[in-house]
Amino acid sequence: MKRDILSRIGRGVFLLDGATGTMLQAAGLPAGTAPELWNLSHPEAVTGIHRAYLSAGADAITVNSFGINGLRYEKKQLEALLSAALDCAERARDEAGRGDILLDVGPSGRLLRPYGDLGFEEAVALFSEVIRRAGTRADAILIETMTDGYETKAALLAAKESSSLPVFVTNVYGSDGKLATGADIPAMVCLLEGLGADAVGLNCSLGAREAERLVPAFYENASVPVIIRPNAGLPQDGKAEYAEDAAFFSERLAACVRAGARVVGGCCGTTPAHIAASRRAVGGISPLPVRERSFTRVCSSTHALTFGDRCVRIGERLNPTGKPRLREALRSGDGETVLREALAQAEAGAEALDLNAGVPGLDEAALLAEMTQSVQAVCDLPLQLDSASPAALSRAMRVYNGIPLVNSVNGTQASMDAVFPLLKKYGGVAVALTLDEKGIPEQAEGRAEIARRILARAAEYGIPPRRLLFDPLTTALSADESAARVTLDALSLLASLGLRTILGVSNVSFGLPERESLTAAFLLLALSRGLDAAILNPLSRPVVCAYHAFYALSGMDKTCKTYLSALAENSSDGGMSEVKADSATMEDLKNVVCSGMSAAAERIADALLATHAPLSLVDGAIVPALNDAGQRFEAKTLYLPQLLLCAEAAKSAFSRIRARLAASGGRTAQKGPVILATVRGDVHDIGKNIVKALLENYDFRVVDLGKDVPAERVAEAAARENAPVVGLSALMTTTLPAMEETIRLLKTRLPQVKIVAGGAVLTAAYARSIGADLYAADAMATVRFCESVVRAKQEEK
Amino acid sequence: MIRVSRYRALPFPLKTALSFLGFRGRTADAQTLSRLERVRAACEAQLLPAVCYLEGEVSLRAGSVRFASLSAESADLARNLKGCRRAVLFAATIGPGPDRLLARYAVADPLDAALLQAAGAAYAESLCDVFCAELSERYAPAHLRPRFSPGYGDLALGVQKQVFSLLFPQRIGLTLNDSLLMSPTKSVTAFVGIGETPGAAASRCAVCGKDGCEYQTTEEC
Repeated sequence: MKRDILSRIGRGVFLLDGATGTMLQAAGLPAGTAPELWNLSHPEAVTGIHRAYLSAGADAITVNSFGINGLRYEKKQLEALLSAALDCAERARDEAGRGDILLDVGPSGRLLRPYGDLGFEEAVALFSEVIRRAGTRADAILIETMTDGYETKAALLAAKESSSLPVFVTNVYGSDGKLATGADIPAMVCLLEGLGADAVGLNCSLGAREAERLVPAFYENASVPVIIRPNAGLPQDGKAEYAEDAAFFSERLAACVRAGARVVGGCCGTTPAHIAASRRAVGGISPLPVRERSFTRVCSSTHALTFGDRCVRIGERLNPTGKPRLREALRSGDGETVLREALAQAEAGAEALDLNAGVPGLDEAALLAEMTQSVQAVCDLPLQLDSASPAALSRAMRVYNGIPLVNSVNGTQASMDAVFPLLKKYGGVAVALTLDEKGIPEQAEGRAEIARRILARAAEYGIPPRRLLFDPLTTALSADESAARVTLDALSLLASLGLRTILGVSNVSFGLPERESLTAAFLLLALSRGLDAAILNPLSRPVVCAYHAFYALSGMDKTCKTYLSALAENSSDGGMSEVKADSATMEDLKNVVCSGMSAAAERIADALLATHAPLSLVDGAIVPALNDAGQRFEAKTLYLPQLLLCAEAAKSAFSRIRARLAASGGRTAQKGPVILATVRGDVHDIGKNIVKALLENYDFRVVDLGKDVPAERVAEAAARENAPVVGLSALMTTTLPAMEETIRLLKTRLPQVKIVAGGAVLTAAYARSIGADLYAADAMATVRFCESVVRAKQEEK
Repeated sequence: MIRVSRYRALPFPLKTALSFLGFRGRTADAQTLSRLERVRAACEAQLLPAVCYLEGEVSLRAGSVRFASLSAESADLARNLKGCRRAVLFAATIGPGPDRLLARYAVADPLDAALLQAAGAAYAESLCDVFCAELSERYAPAHLRPRFSPGYGDLALGVQKQVFSLLFPQRIGLTLNDSLLMSPTKSVTAFVGIGETPGAAASRCAVCGKDGCEYQTTEEC
């Protein structure tokens, strides 16, 4: 019975109602009063609005529940407001004897982490509460007016988990066709369809005229009906808003239908007059058919990635297997190494990133979810969640801000029965390994046979072939001289079956010399057989050359433009013209560091390393340069940007010195470590990051816990690292209690640890009163304090 | 009625950005300037400026201010609005893009992060200036008072909760967390009094009364 609404939509144009808030304000709702309060205090007014829209010809009405959630209302009041809202809608529907009821789910009013403070699961729980309580009194759920894809995912998951009603989703787009959080239409359609939305589209923000321009992008990407609910005009640059009258609005809405919309209605500023006019305007139009799109597609928080044109490059480097440094970083909770690796691969041209958290002894499920959240906060590439553990995949798929690649499923019954339900629930495209209980077939045909079995089982779960990337498996050439040939033959075979393919290319060269060149040659052969995606090292120059060379040589790279731009050498000399490296002195190094010339600092450090002991450069040039800059900063003759430039140059020189020490087997004994954190509730971290940059340049090891850090985590880290100093930052008066709590916990558990506190709202007196050992007015003060603590410790020894 | 204005572009107040970086009244070096320009351009590409606002009657009693459903104890705000029968309460944001960019810069490069922080804050100031200039034109010949935000003088930051329930700036993507921090971070809420006569204070700083603020200015608003 409830599915009837979907069949009605399937038959033709489906007209929703118009604005509720606008109508309530016209009926006397004062500014600042939440519209949902009128469900109880003025039910007649609310019912009257529903009635007016049904009389105007709307096929469905929207429950006045937009602002009802557990953040705004206590349980009892929530229940009462929601029940009254549904009563109003039901009364109007019963009187009219027709009309579907849509439960309205609006944004929570809070931003999700990491940019806000609402946890993803908290958001899911908030939305679930409302949806569960409404039960089956509505005919469908309308999730609307969300500006953030991640919050939308939370709401949609909640709807799918707490209800069996159809779910419609409309988001707020700008005239550029993007959400405020940056997601474009193909990405949002991919996200929402992947999670099982029954219709998708836009509401609010744009007028009907602007909305019309975005309709084709929805229609061409969606396999479900498109919903368009514009405002009655676009307020822009101080002009009066809601300028579109009923005649103009309805005419543009009819144009939206002709362009591909099937479900239409109004948002802010629209009235029953707009809806009545729209009923007449869309009357004779048959909407464009809803088409099943055949994309193999995933998305990040901002954009979609579609397979099938050029081979997609997936960065392989966030996998700790065989990478001791990354393994160590994951073990010690050093998130920054992971983030830098992610950004380096993105910079080098990776189009998606593989994420693997398999480190023996660690909780892989927790770690993969954490890695997913931290990488997606700084890098907008789609992620490939890589684990053999369905539990780890499930957690990471849930918190991923998009629709992921999943690495992997294989031909064993156990794997398919564990991974396909996850794909069904969270969406995604899976890498399907052509192996089964008996291992990897030695011949190409055996691998194709497994692919056929995987396809059949996937179909039983309702997963079409386009959502699988088949991997004919690269094995080491050093172990079997026919390995690469069989893989390539299997690749051709899979491609000839019309299937999408993927290979991790690097394994081929395992155990052989000139690995990168061999891998590059293998990639070239695989590309010529029609490979759709490669998991590779985007920082390997031979591999990158081979990739771009393939498209240039096959005539697909017009005027070799991509080849040229991707592979051109960086010709900037970084200010070297002023200083000759071969005749450089310590004084030159000090000067270039002081003036913040990074490239020059690196070259001069290299030249000096030929004749000087590595550590003498530190003592003779870098530390004096930093001290000099620090003093000038304190004397206010040098400013923050210049101080940071100088720090950057010092870091470049340090990197050469460290490389030399590592090569000669020596180790740099770094000072510290210093634990840094912005306290719980505070999301400002610029000051803390500056302190960190400077500390690192004074050769301190810094463990940066990030922002919004609970006291408990700070204390844990300080204990684990045996850190002599902890630096805490807070910017707001409202987060000072969290600062105080953190200091109290540290002083109780680790009385020997020195605490330095800083941030815009702190004063020396206040910092002292809450137990900090030092109030740091600026970053240099922190550096000097840390130096003194370390010195005192050494003297103790 | 609560209204929304959106803007496609904003002027960039270079001087304001430099003052946020510590160059108050002094010239910045060429290296800083050229890098700031690069970061500014990246920030500009991320801007989604929007303001939501409500105009209404304001009533003042000794040390307290009432505006629509909002009431606040603040002698400083009452002084700022003295002589005004009406006021505008607004919430402005340059959008979430610069915060996303900042998260990336914070990992990759602390200098770029500091420059972006300053550029974003300067754009937020610019948005307020553009919006207030529009108000000024709309309400002429009435005089606008310098804008006054929660946190200025004795106006407690806690008032933000009332501002948010009154304006519901979530409609422009602006949210408030439990610690009263706004996200996106480059956002401003403020009162602007509309008076028959110019107010006593010529600048925002004159009326704030906070001592030792590092951004204190003597410039006109």
